[in-house]
Amino acid sequence: MSRLIPFFAFLALCGLFGFGIWWNSHHDQTAIPSPLINKPAPEFALPELYDPAKMVTKKDLLGKPYLLNVFASWCVECAVEHPLLEAEGPTLGVELVGYNYKDQPDDAKAWLARHGNPYQVLMADVSGQTAIDFGVYAAPETFLVDAKGVIRYKRIGPFTPEVIEKELKPAIAALAKESR
Amino acid sequence: MRRLVVLLAIGLLLFAGLAGAQAIEPMPFKDHAQELRFQHLTAQLRCPMCQNETLADSNAPIARDLRHEVFRLMQEGRTDDQIKQYLVARYSDYVLYDPPVNPTTWVLWFGPLLILLAGAVVVVVTIRKRSRSGAPPPTIDHGDDW
Repeated sequence: MSRLIPFFAFLALCGLFGFGIWWNSHHDQTAIPSPLINKPAPEFALPELYDPAKMVTKKDLLGKPYLLNVFASWCVECAVEHPLLEAEGPTLGVELVGYNYKDQPDDAKAWLARHGNPYQVLMADVSGQTAIDFGVYAAPETFLVDAKGVIRYKRIGPFTPEVIEKELKPAIAALAKESR
Repeated sequence: MRRLVVLLAIGLLLFAGLAGAQAIEPMPFKDHAQELRFQHLTAQLRCPMCQNETLADSNAPIARDLRHEVFRLMQEGRTDDQIKQYLVARYSDYVLYDPPVNPTTWVLWFGPLLILLAGAVVVVVTIRKRSRSGAPPPTIDHGDDW
C-alpha cells in the first residue's frame, strides 16, 4: 500500500496542475473582482459629451436600471464591442449610458459618428478622476446599476455574445423580477 | 582600454538612470522625507492593469493616475493605511502586494504549510512502519568506500 503513495501523490499533482490549466483557460487573469458589487455606485457629476454645460449626476440616473459602459476612442477593444452594443442594446430593456473615459471630446464625437451611437446618455470624464472612484483601470468596462443606484454586475473587457447571454441578461432579468 | 571601460560604465549608469526616471515623472514634493514616503508607499501597491508591476514602476496610464491620486491623498494629510484603504475600496485587495489574511486567501497563506505537513506525516508513518517491521535499514553498497 505504502508503495502506492508516490503514485497517488503524482496523481494528486496531475490533478492540481490540470485544475490550474482549466482555471486559467476559463478565467481572465487580468480581471480584478470589483469590491463595489452590491454597493451604491459612487457619486459623480460629469459633463454631458454633446452639451458640456449640462452636468449628468448620479441622481439624474436614479429610478430605472442602466448599463454604464466605459469606452474611449483610443480603446481598440471598444471598437470590437461596439457593434454588439448597438445590436443588443435596444433589446436589453435597460438604458445605455456611455462613459467616455480619458478622451478628447472631439475624438469621442468623431468615433461615435463613425461607429454609431447606442447610448441614451453620454458623459465625458476627460481627466479620468471620477473613474478612479468606480475602480476603472481600463476600457471597456461595464457596470449594471439598478434603479436605486446600486452596482449589481461588472464586466471587465469587451462583451461577447456568450457573456451577454450567460451573465448580462440573467443579471438584468433578476433586476426586473425584483421591481415587479 | 581601461578608460574605455570606465566611460562605458558611466554611460550605462546614465542610461539606467534615464530609463528609471522615465516611469516616474517628478512630483512637487515638500521635502526628501515625503518623497521617500511616496516611493515606499507606491512600491507596496500593485498596478491594477499590469499586475506584475508596482505603481512605482509601471508605465501604464492608470498607474500614472493612481500615483497622482496617492500624491494628492498624501497632500491631504492621509496616513499610509488610509491611502491603502482608499485604493482597496476601489480596486480590491489586488492592489496590495502583501495580501491580508482572510477566507479568500487562506489557501494562499496556509496551503503550502498543509502540503508540508502532509509530507511530514507520510515520512513519519513510513519510518515507523519500517522500524516496527524489524527489517534492518537497507544498506546500499555503493562500492565507493575507498
